[in-house]
Amino acid sequence: MARPRPEPVQTVKHRRDTALSALVHGVPYIQFLGIEFDRRGDELTAILPFDNKLIGNPMLPAIHGGVTAGFLETTAVIGLAWSVLWDDIETGRIDTEQLSLGHLPSMPKTIDFTVDYLRSGLPRDAYARARVNRSGRRYASVHVEAWQDQRNVLFAQGTGHFLMPPRSTGNSEHNG
Amino acid sequence: MTPDKAKIAAQFISAIPHCKALNMRLTGIGDGEAEMELPYDLRIVGDPETGVIHGGAVSALMDTCCGAAAMSHPSSPAATATIDLRIDYMRPATPGQTIRTRAECYRITRSVAFVRATATDDDTQSPVATATGAFTVETK
Repeated sequence: MARPRPEPVQTVKHRRDTALSALVHGVPYIQFLGIEFDRRGDELTAILPFDNKLIGNPMLPAIHGGVTAGFLETTAVIGLAWSVLWDDIETGRIDTEQLSLGHLPSMPKTIDFTVDYLRSGLPRDAYARARVNRSGRRYASVHVEAWQDQRNVLFAQGTGHFLMPPRSTGNSEHNG
Repeated sequence: MTPDKAKIAAQFISAIPHCKALNMRLTGIGDGEAEMELPYDLRIVGDPETGVIHGGAVSALMDTCCGAAAMSHPSSPAATATIDLRIDYMRPATPGQTIRTRAECYRITRSVAFVRATATDDDTQSPVATATGAFTVETK
C-alpha cells in the first residue's frame, strides 16, 4: 500500500510551532518570567533568560527559589500538555489557528510540586526539561531537571503531580 | 524579635529584586514565625481563562516566607537557603484577592531548619496552599 505523500516540512514545523507558541505565550506568568521553549521534534527545552528581577539573594547573587520553582512547574505543565496534545496537533484534530487566537485547551492543574535545590542558581540563563513518567486519564506524574552551564550539573530538580483536564471522548488514549 | 529587627527584616525582604517585582510584603516576623502577603496582579496570572494566579508566584511567596521564618528563629544565624520545598495546591486562589501566608519554623537543629506554611485568600478558613520545607542553617 502506498504511503501518503509526507507534508512539506515547513507545514509540519509551522503547525507545531504555532501550537507551542499559543500554549506558552497565552500565560501572563510565563511572559513575566520570560520563559521560552526550544523545540526539536517533540522534545522541548525550557529557557529562562537571566534578568535582574529574578534575583532572590542580592549578596551572592542567586536566582530566587520561587523563580526556580515557577520555572520547573511551568516546564512540567507545558511538557505534560504538549505530550497529551501531540497526537491531536499532528493529525490536525486541533485547529492550531484557533489556538493562536487564544482558544486554548484546558491545562493540567498542579496538585503538588516538590523542588529539590541542589545548588544556588547563578545569575545566568537556565534550562529545563520535563519527563512525563506517568500520564493517566485523571492523574499524571512529571519529573523536571534544570541546569545552567553544564547539562550534567543540575541546579534543581522537581517532581509534580497533576490533575488532567477531562478529555472529550473519541480521542486517542493516553493511559499507558 | 525586637521591633527594630522586624523593621530591618521587612526592609531586607522588600530589597530582594524578585520580591520587589511581585510587590510582596512582610507583615509580621519573630521567634521562628513570619507572615507575608502577595497582592493580586494580572502579570502573574497562570490561567488566562479564569484569572487565577500561577502556582509559581505562590511558590515564591511561600519560599520567601519560610526562609524568613527560619532566619527569625532565636537559635538561627543570619542566613539560610532552601534545601527542598513541597507545595500542595488545595484550591485556586480567588482572582482579585491578596494571598497571605504564615510560616512557622517548628524545629531547628545545628544544620537544618524545618518549616511549614499555609496560604489563604480572603476566605481564611479554607487554605489555598500549604508548604513544607527544609532549610540550611548557615554557620556564622
